[in-house]
Amino acid sequence: MGGYIPSTVLQQEEMLKEAGFSSMKDLYRDVPEALKLQKELNLPKGMSELETARTMRRLAGKNKVYDSVFRGAGAYRHYIPAIVKSVVNKEEFVTAYTPYQAEISQGVLQSIFEYQTMICELTGMDVANASVYDGAVAAAEAISMCRTPKKKKVFVSAGIHPDTLKVIRTYSWAASEEVVVLPLKDGLTDLSGLDSEASCVYVQQPNYYGVIEDLKDIAEKAHALGLQVIAGMEPFAMCLLETPAECGVDIAVGEGQPLGMPLSFGGPYLGFMAATTKMMRKLPGRIVGETEDTEGRRAFVLTLQAREQHIRREKASSNICSNEALCAMTAAVYLAAMGPEGMKNAASQCYAKAHYLAAELEKSGLKRCFEADFFNEFVTECADPEGLLARLDEKGILGGLPVENGILWCATELNSKEEIDALVKEVSA
Amino acid sequence: MKTLFERSVKGRSCAILPELDVPACLPERTRKQALRLPELSETDISRHYTELAGQTFGVNDGFYPLGSCTMKYNPKINEQTAALEGFADVHPLQDNVQGCLEVLATAEKYLCEITGMDAMTFQPAAGAHGELTGLMLIKRYHELHGNTARNKIIVPDSAHGTNPASSAMCGFTVVNIPSAEDGCVDLAKLREACGEDTAGLMLTNPNTLGIFDKHIREITDIVHEAGGLCYYDGANLNAVMGIARPGDMGFDCIHLNLHKSFSTPHGGGGPGSGPVGCKSFLAPYLPGKKVVCEDGRYAWQDRGPESIGAVRSFHGNFLVVIKAFTYLLSLGREGVPAVAQNAVLNANYLKHLLEGTYEVTNKGVCMHEFVLTLEREKKEIGVSAMDIAKALQDYDMHPPTMYFPLNVHEALMVEPTETESKETLDAAAAAFLEIYAKAKADPEAMHHTPYNSPITRPDEVKAARHPVLRYQFDD
Ligand SMILES: Cc1ncc(COP(=O)(O)O)c(C=O)c1O
Repeated sequence: MGGYIPSTVLQQEEMLKEAGFSSMKDLYRDVPEALKLQKELNLPKGMSELETARTMRRLAGKNKVYDSVFRGAGAYRHYIPAIVKSVVNKEEFVTAYTPYQAEISQGVLQSIFEYQTMICELTGMDVANASVYDGAVAAAEAISMCRTPKKKKVFVSAGIHPDTLKVIRTYSWAASEEVVVLPLKDGLTDLSGLDSEASCVYVQQPNYYGVIEDLKDIAEKAHALGLQVIAGMEPFAMCLLETPAECGVDIAVGEGQPLGMPLSFGGPYLGFMAATTKMMRKLPGRIVGETEDTEGRRAFVLTLQAREQHIRREKASSNICSNEALCAMTAAVYLAAMGPEGMKNAASQCYAKAHYLAAELEKSGLKRCFEADFFNEFVTECADPEGLLARLDEKGILGGLPVENGILWCATELNSKEEIDALVKEVSA
Repeated sequence: MKTLFERSVKGRSCAILPELDVPACLPERTRKQALRLPELSETDISRHYTELAGQTFGVNDGFYPLGSCTMKYNPKINEQTAALEGFADVHPLQDNVQGCLEVLATAEKYLCEITGMDAMTFQPAAGAHGELTGLMLIKRYHELHGNTARNKIIVPDSAHGTNPASSAMCGFTVVNIPSAEDGCVDLAKLREACGEDTAGLMLTNPNTLGIFDKHIREITDIVHEAGGLCYYDGANLNAVMGIARPGDMGFDCIHLNLHKSFSTPHGGGGPGSGPVGCKSFLAPYLPGKKVVCEDGRYAWQDRGPESIGAVRSFHGNFLVVIKAFTYLLSLGREGVPAVAQNAVLNANYLKHLLEGTYEVTNKGVCMHEFVLTLEREKKEIGVSAMDIAKALQDYDMHPPTMYFPLNVHEALMVEPTETESKETLDAAAAAFLEIYAKAKADPEAMHHTPYNSPITRPDEVKAARHPVLRYQFDD
């Protein structure tokens, strides 16, 4: 109906005349007639705002929102503090472009600087970028950082998220790089196939099946063969388990969605990337740095741009232009609201609730598949996953995800004991 | 102003979570490293970000003619529909998502109609990500047709930096071709560049000078005859949507920036969405799953073994697609071309107002944007494109894009968009003209602009030479 066009028809006519055109059609005099669309678009007629709102509400109503969710597998439902949405809905943040004009973009720039600092704190690493598209792309980009003309092979654990593996395979295929998958043994990455011909190894902590890997051991063995080590980290797990830096990882990446972003049917999410200072100039995407203005006041700017596409074009280290800035701000506000104690507490709650859930499920006959300890996800055996999940669905419960040989369950601080007990009751029924 | 870390007070916190209601337990090996997140009250956080918002210029603050970025108004209804629980609180791996699938299928149908393509993926999260995806389709096509020698992508010098960068990421060699005098593709140079090793051409049309290339059909024919494919960078679709379709111009695949042409906000640098559309012969190579509809039921379907795989987890930036879809519903078949016409009208009107004073590279009709060059002023009075841009900040508007495209010296790229009124354009023109007069009268003063922004010009050299990329704690 509308196109959010403020000029009245009269004004449009005035402007056309003033600029020397006889009609709207005349504006397209350079477009060859044969190329012009000779018909109306096959789209419905435009709607008023009320009709649009009604249509979208009807569509949203066709999706099921669960009362309780025990499914993670790369997308996690956590509690989102009210302050988070209130801050990131501010129109200035929502509607600004990438902060090219530093003088009038200090707000966005500082928020990214603060986000970078927090990612460094979570991972223990030296530097972080301003974000990439999601955790899977962050993994693929980290692998590109390690690539050398001579070493066109990478190792990845079979314990990484299947979508991440797909994205890595796709990016590596484009770069003519071989991807070798290291199998799992008892739920943990089996390193016996490692060799020194690859550039790096990518593992996930905790892995896709929830199991806590011995990251320190992986890093040591890989380094001994001259490989770089990339770890895909779950943000809460980093607050409780040894940090990637403590384990000797070279590049830590991950999916930042759990930090204040709703499930959103898969996006927008947030790929975070942090590295050692040595790898700093290989990082893709935007990076904000601190400097001074001409009066000596603290100022923030986009920096190390010699890496980037608009300067280096085909020689750039990555093609990233727009990233996930508002998601990065979401994560920063979330982390500020939680604080250090809040994050540690939330992480311990995730751990404790998942362990309570696992113990209770075991009592009801769903045995865990792997012995090694886990963070907030784990796999159990299940004879009839479909039947069980359908029963849970009727009660408004989204059960775990069916995987090979069983079900992948997840618990977060959001799952109360009451909810967990209700789930277990259904399982036993 | 203070950072969050400087506002932090030990022991301060927000009360977010209840006490643990199950037995406590801990893993064997735990983190030893300190976790120095700020300790703040909700008041602190709220005021901090309100202050930061005050130092951020968004589309809602004023005119934002940032060329190539299509900074149109971001309708509020889009934000509201994307926040609906039925979209925002849905797990990407759950069933019972008929609404989500219907949106994806319908958005694909509408956008294919607008672009003249046959199929589309919503996995790419931004324009550059879409470019990479589209180039992968081209790579796959040649690979499956045994054309492994086709490893070169032709890119005009007026192209956005992401074009050559994406080509290189996709393992292609980039062949840069200089533009003709008028800024369009030089047909002779293109013919010279085409050959047995040509994988394809990447092109923006209207190009980055805001010109619709009259020879577009010949261009795509030349590339096709040489055995290459044609990629359309859809960043400038706003000028021609509903008027002419890339599919009819001979392009084989395209990316859209939903965060440009389709009104979704930029968020200070994302999230965006860069769906890739293609002709049916490339469709089997698209990444991710496709949505199919049978008897009114929607379902996911694998694309098969020829697919390039995935370029992102799950289904892309879904809520951004919701916003763009909401916009499409509002516009409808009559609104889409009206947007394009008014975008082009606004650009031509503003160009007309500036033309007598500033040098415009495009003498004829422009599309949705035009480029000014300050080359003469830089030479004669030492005033650069940067100086003019910074001066504009003092007139309550965001400056145009600077120093792009690269084939114009001292470029300022102006894209007003259709959501600006005649009054805004008149005021902006007055600001441009006043600044020009000031620059002539006192060129030296121009180097110190802006005068009224929260900071003066930052030292970028220092930032790059001595990188400080995180807050430094005292301890
Ligand atoms: C012509 C053109 N192509 C591609 C892009 C890249 O888009 P994105 O920032 O969404 O990656 C841009 C963005 O500015 C552009 O202007």
